Amino acid sequence: MKDFIIPWNDTDMGTPAKTGAPVTLTIDGFEVTVPEGTSVMRAASEAGIQVPKLCATDSLEAFGSCRLCVVEIEGRRGTPSSCTTPVTEGMVVRTQSKKVQKIRRGVMELYISDHPLDCLTCAANGDCELQDMAGAVGLRDVRYAAGENHFEVRQNGEENPRYIAKDTSNPYFAYDPSKCIVCSRCVRACEEVQGTFALTIEGRGFDSRVSPGAADDDFLTSDCVSCGACVQACPTGTLQEKSVIELGTPSRSVVTTCAYCGVGCSFKAELNGDELVRMVPWKHGKANRGHSCVKGRFAWGYAHHQDRILNPMIRDSIDQPWREVSWDEALGFAAARLKGIQEKHGRRSLGVITSSRCTNEETFLVQKLARAVFLNNNTDTCARVCHSPTGYGLGQTFGTSAGTQDFDSVEHTDVVIVMGANPTDAHPVFGSRLKKRLREGAKLIVIDPRRIDLVKSSHVEAAHHLPLKPGTNVAVITAMAHVIVTEGLADEAFIRDRCDWNEYAEYAEFVADPRHSPEATEALTGVPAEALRAAARTFATGGNGAIYYGLGVTEHSQGSTTVMGIANLAMLTGNIGRPGVGVNPLRGQNNVQGSCDMGSFPHELPGYRHVKNADVREVFERAWGVEIDPEPGLRIPNMLDAAVDGTFKGLYVQGEDILQSDPDTRHVAAGLAAMECVIVHDLFLNETANYAHVFLPGSTFLEKDGTFTNAERRINMVREVMKPLNGYADWEVTQALANAMGANWTYSHPREIMAEIAATTPSFAGVTYDLITEKGSVQWPCNEAHPEGTPLMHVDEFMRGKGRFIVTEYVATDEKTGPRFPLLLTTGRILSQYNVGAQTRRTDNNVWHDEDMLEIHPHDAEQRGVKDGDWVKLASRSGETALRARITERVSPGVVYTTFHHPDTQANVVTTDYSDWATNCPEYKVTAVQVMPSNGPTDWQEHYNELAARSRRIEAAE
Amino acid sequence: MSPDKMVHMANQIATFFKSQPGDEAADRVAAHLSDFWEPRMRRQLLDFIAADGAGLDPLVIEAAKRMNAPAD
Repeated sequence: MKDFIIPWNDTDMGTPAKTGAPVTLTIDGFEVTVPEGTSVMRAASEAGIQVPKLCATDSLEAFGSCRLCVVEIEGRRGTPSSCTTPVTEGMVVRTQSKKVQKIRRGVMELYISDHPLDCLTCAANGDCELQDMAGAVGLRDVRYAAGENHFEVRQNGEENPRYIAKDTSNPYFAYDPSKCIVCSRCVRACEEVQGTFALTIEGRGFDSRVSPGAADDDFLTSDCVSCGACVQACPTGTLQEKSVIELGTPSRSVVTTCAYCGVGCSFKAELNGDELVRMVPWKHGKANRGHSCVKGRFAWGYAHHQDRILNPMIRDSIDQPWREVSWDEALGFAAARLKGIQEKHGRRSLGVITSSRCTNEETFLVQKLARAVFLNNNTDTCARVCHSPTGYGLGQTFGTSAGTQDFDSVEHTDVVIVMGANPTDAHPVFGSRLKKRLREGAKLIVIDPRRIDLVKSSHVEAAHHLPLKPGTNVAVITAMAHVIVTEGLADEAFIRDRCDWNEYAEYAEFVADPRHSPEATEALTGVPAEALRAAARTFATGGNGAIYYGLGVTEHSQGSTTVMGIANLAMLTGNIGRPGVGVNPLRGQNNVQGSCDMGSFPHELPGYRHVKNADVREVFERAWGVEIDPEPGLRIPNMLDAAVDGTFKGLYVQGEDILQSDPDTRHVAAGLAAMECVIVHDLFLNETANYAHVFLPGSTFLEKDGTFTNAERRINMVREVMKPLNGYADWEVTQALANAMGANWTYSHPREIMAEIAATTPSFAGVTYDLITEKGSVQWPCNEAHPEGTPLMHVDEFMRGKGRFIVTEYVATDEKTGPRFPLLLTTGRILSQYNVGAQTRRTDNNVWHDEDMLEIHPHDAEQRGVKDGDWVKLASRSGETALRARITERVSPGVVYTTFHHPDTQANVVTTDYSDWATNCPEYKVTAVQVMPSNGPTDWQEHYNELAARSRRIEAAE
Repeated sequence: MSPDKMVHMANQIATFFKSQPGDEAADRVAAHLSDFWEPRMRRQLLDFIAADGAGLDPLVIEAAKRMNAPAD
């Protein structure tokens, strides 16, 4: 097995890389040139000389506490620490001499005098920098007699008052204070990298100890978000993954890509044999730069969960138990049913849902199944219910749906708007990078009905929080544009140069109308006019302005209009086409960008090209030898409608749980129940599988090769870390299904699928596995014009030529509060769980969140006689469910909020069938509801649980 | 799809394009329907208009005449 680390150097350079003018110095006689600001330690490392160190690591700024890295520099007195000493021109450094050797040995002797010498049974044995340094400095004996120390449980028959027992409260890592050398790397990682400030050093001198928060806190009760940065930074076995404690140090590693959110972090999967020991963020990963969150770092145990289904299953009707069968029988059964349906109901009676969790190659094959085998365009993906308005809105204004920047861009931002997104929970690694920039002085404007953590948390405070009423995004964005235009803050030079001036003139006249002023819209939006004016001025005048947004923008009746409003705002202020600016949709799923790129939408072929275009169809017709249907296909909600109408009868769903994730659960259930063949291809018997006739077991991201494309259009490699437990990677299963229907596909590796993508899709023309492996990752467009990819879009001109301003008239949603349903429900997700929870619920992440709670403002709670923790009934015109209440001022009066991670909650029983005007993206973020005290789950929930249990029965093998 | 839902969706599209400058609203609604509504949805719209079209924005009714005929 090839070790994918080899091409890249993982050496810890000691201090972070710097940018600056070249400086040349001599280290141990070797000349080396490094950027100004670089430390002597890093310069030495560049020259291949490792200076011993303990408190230094290249993910953190130099600290200079351990004194192990001392060197001699000509013309300087004493022995400066190389980590804190910047290089100067002509400097002459000696890293090794009798003098520094003696100092280092003395330092190590002191460290070791207060350290348990249990190396052979220590979990960090072989993976311990203290051990390495003892060797490197030639420590041969420790002269100090055992005196007061921190590691002996008992001393002289008495309890050792300095001994602190191991803290094992966190499910994923242990803190053993007896092994701590107080290098502060964990504390600094928590501050500098993660930005949570949960850890601190308590006491002084010999009494100094690492402490999570207040005196009575352990790691679990502290502010710790379990990102793993401290564990990663710890040079000893003090902070150690429990999986390593249990399984031993890993012996091989494979670089791959996380399968949770759209940040797309690179990880090293570290294993023994085919047993995964830990996932460690990879420092050369360009999305995450060596950071991680609790999900990617730790929540991978679902891959081996007992609920995972490893054998294909079929049943004639959904009231029967499942029957385990061979792959051949399952595929034959499925193919016969699908063909039978098409014979009887026509070729448009079948469809597919591609997965934004699966690879580009797998997604490409699923849409190809619809287009080349079913011969229709009935393909859709979960982007329908999240970022389809981004596709439409940015396509109309800029000419392509993609985010304009890379994540590194945030390091050059001066003013950030975060709208309808909660990065610290939903895109945590980007959230940390954003917080770092905010601590450096960038200003933040939060536009969100909730007081999300970014509004105020450790060392971060938003300059402006505009707590708008759900459903009024367009009014707020248009009012901001009003302020910018009427106060003369628009960047007219940019607009004249880059945009269609006539359209701008019409737009400017529209937004300047007094009815769009913050004062005129205040009553509607709930945002104080002065606050909105101040925020608009900050954005327009504060330097590089970047807009980051999430599903709080898109999942509305006017989702597409808000996206266009955001694009308008970026063009209006000249914030496009350079680092630090831009329009940045934060994508929900790991490969939602990729699944859209791959032609998952029913109206467009791969590369965002409409099926009506004969020249585009011809490309695929030639490649596939079929005729492509020129008519757009059904979107997910339309498929369900057509199923209820009796014209849509068969569906292949790969890696998506529409019954739990899509709105108006009763309608989804009715649609699924009306179909004659539902094929669920998944890891688990998810909620949708309750209505399925065929279950095809899926493979996890650890078990296959392929690529994911993250929110910055970055194509990252996914590598087969272990063999699929179910026997086949998902692309092989789709191929087998297609072939069972007579397709005769012959792919033997995903690289061949990527070659087909590149051959048919201009923005991917230059993408190959070799290029991605060589570069680490590639951002599309990658073609002749951009052979190494495109970090920034629209640099000299927009994809469509001139940027287009579009008038954004506010239209109130028809989902209105009234006497029956006086509150507005909005939904979201939290840090530790992921969407429908199919994966994270099957990990120890449940210790942080084991049920969905309804957040309600104290005023609304008191009016209804609801106390914290009470069961409440949540009712809308669509349905009702029950869950427990959490009373909090994070939500405004009149607004309630919940997550949808747990199937018992059935939050989507309550959401309605209203959707975005352009794309049918459901209006999850606005539902008029009533909340009232209740005794427990509703009849629907209990009935549903019974049905789910019955649907999951598997017939005992004979 | 229920007639109410279809009317609601079609009227939403008309509402957006009515707000845009110029006099091409009907053509743009028609293009949107041709681009994004699957043939049986467009067929349902035409049948509904043929019946009485109650509740539809007049712009939708005009656009329906101009959108691509749904292929079978």
